[in-house]
Amino acid sequence: MAKNKTILYALILAFTFISPFAFPDFGTQLATLWLMIIVSITWDMTGGQMGYNSLGNIFFYGTGMYVAALIAIGLVYDVGDYTNAAGGGIYKFTDLQYFGGMFLGVLGAGLFCSLSAVVIGLLTFGLRGPYFAIGTLGVAIAAGELVSNWDWVGGGQGIALPVYPGDLDTGKVYFYFLFAAVGVSTFLFVKWLYGTRFGAAINAIRDDEEKADAMGIHTLRYKLYTWAMAAFFVGLAGGISAFQLIHFEPLESAYQTINLGIFMVVCVLLGGKGTLWGPVVGAILFHLFKEITWNYLLGWQWVALGALIVVTVVYFQDGVMGWLEHKRPEWFGIKIEKKVAEQAE
Amino acid sequence: MSAIIEVKDVSKNFGGVVANRDVSLSVNTGTITGLIGPNGSGKTTLFNSIVGYHPIDSGSIKFEGEEISTFPVQQIARRGLLRTFQQTRIYGAMNGVENMLISLPHRKMKVWDALKTFTREDYERADHLLEFVGLYEKRLLKSGDLSFGQQKLLEFAMALMNEPTCLLLDEPTAGINPTLINGLIDRLKRANSEFGITLFVIEHNMRVIMNMAETIYCLAHGEMLAQGTPDEIQNDQRVIDAYLGAH
Repeated sequence: MAKNKTILYALILAFTFISPFAFPDFGTQLATLWLMIIVSITWDMTGGQMGYNSLGNIFFYGTGMYVAALIAIGLVYDVGDYTNAAGGGIYKFTDLQYFGGMFLGVLGAGLFCSLSAVVIGLLTFGLRGPYFAIGTLGVAIAAGELVSNWDWVGGGQGIALPVYPGDLDTGKVYFYFLFAAVGVSTFLFVKWLYGTRFGAAINAIRDDEEKADAMGIHTLRYKLYTWAMAAFFVGLAGGISAFQLIHFEPLESAYQTINLGIFMVVCVLLGGKGTLWGPVVGAILFHLFKEITWNYLLGWQWVALGALIVVTVVYFQDGVMGWLEHKRPEWFGIKIEKKVAEQAE
Repeated sequence: MSAIIEVKDVSKNFGGVVANRDVSLSVNTGTITGLIGPNGSGKTTLFNSIVGYHPIDSGSIKFEGEEISTFPVQQIARRGLLRTFQQTRIYGAMNGVENMLISLPHRKMKVWDALKTFTREDYERADHLLEFVGLYEKRLLKSGDLSFGQQKLLEFAMALMNEPTCLLLDEPTAGINPTLINGLIDRLKRANSEFGITLFVIEHNMRVIMNMAETIYCLAHGEMLAQGTPDEIQNDQRVIDAYLGAH
């Protein structure tokens, strides 16, 4: 069994490395798929494992974009001048300024998002269930509106970043591997985290927070840390997206509550909430479904997507992994086990 | 013998309803103490006051000599004063072993300890205690799928896993099959004698409480009606009247 798992992981890793070269036409699509996987896994950290369904995780994506862009620009030019479209200035970035700015910007985006998760968490973790979902949604929407009225960061027009300095096809592969690296790191991180006492504590909060309190678990501390970790990875992904998209604006691409903000929730529900593989499986299925309907059902693509969401939420709440667990509990180690003789005292 | 819990003149009102009025009692270290009284007499309210679920209106509650009446629930739990619930509460989506492991005491933990995995000793202890309450065979099932009585036993095992110095049990035998009750009494007594845990028990089943407790307090209408040994309580006319509704 352990051997099979190793082979499976090796195959997935091999596919990760080969796919951008094997399917060069789908470079950007595959990069977007990794983005979906990252936001799904991180959404599941609070939504599936801790029982706090956030609709505001997109806040970290948008904030990540802005923080990364502002750091990269701010290191070289005055941000106000740069974003002032009427100025008509020409701003060039050397390779060092581009890649150095991107590295520091993306890292800064992750850290800033972690910190903001702690601040927003302190304000919103008193809310439970649907109230938490609506409260966090409110934060994301408000942030989008505020940023779109903030001229220093480009207002409603957003920010245009420098283009990848080099061959555009190489650029696509470059961004693919950036997303893939963050995606693989996120997966390995949560795989490790869920096996620790930390993972057990957030599961306890999901199942019965009052009981967890009564058992002496530092519930608020665990909730803040979990969201801060999730926000870190979403911030990184947002930062990379900013450079990949080149130009982004606040409402449609950064704080896109009705697109990516909802997609990540649907991915997790489709794949199976509170499972390690669920978010990954869900993101792949969802992305495939979305791209196929966008290509072959154009005009009806939003209807098809809406139908998928309705069917998932109403009839398939446990998702693929939850359904499997129900059908084949022994695969997941759910069984009655007799005590073997030598273990008895 | 020193008192581990000292409750002095505690009053608690919910709006106009008086749940506890000037209640005083003490639980001695290492003993089993009972709390009885008719339905609605304020037993669970008193428990909730002791473990910090709601602020008290007046009076004082001390645990190991320290005033705890203003502390929040978690802080009191980390001092080693734990309670189980009348409506059993376990972590339904986790299996028995996971329920046990997460119940390991958090009071000794540093922040970074949370990033450690559970040790072999942790697993052995979990298995041992599950065996102790007779749930070993079902330890890998989702605990939400266990029967109510089994969940109650699991909750008791979880409380033991937490290594409390004092355990408040709210009706430990309610909903448990009569043939299992003898086993449970035996386990409660052993938890007291072997693990040295002071027990403070709310119980409606007179046979259970008279068998276990050294001292029994009786509440009625939110006030302390009587206290004494099981024999004294059984022969106290006021207690009999309170239970038969002569009040």
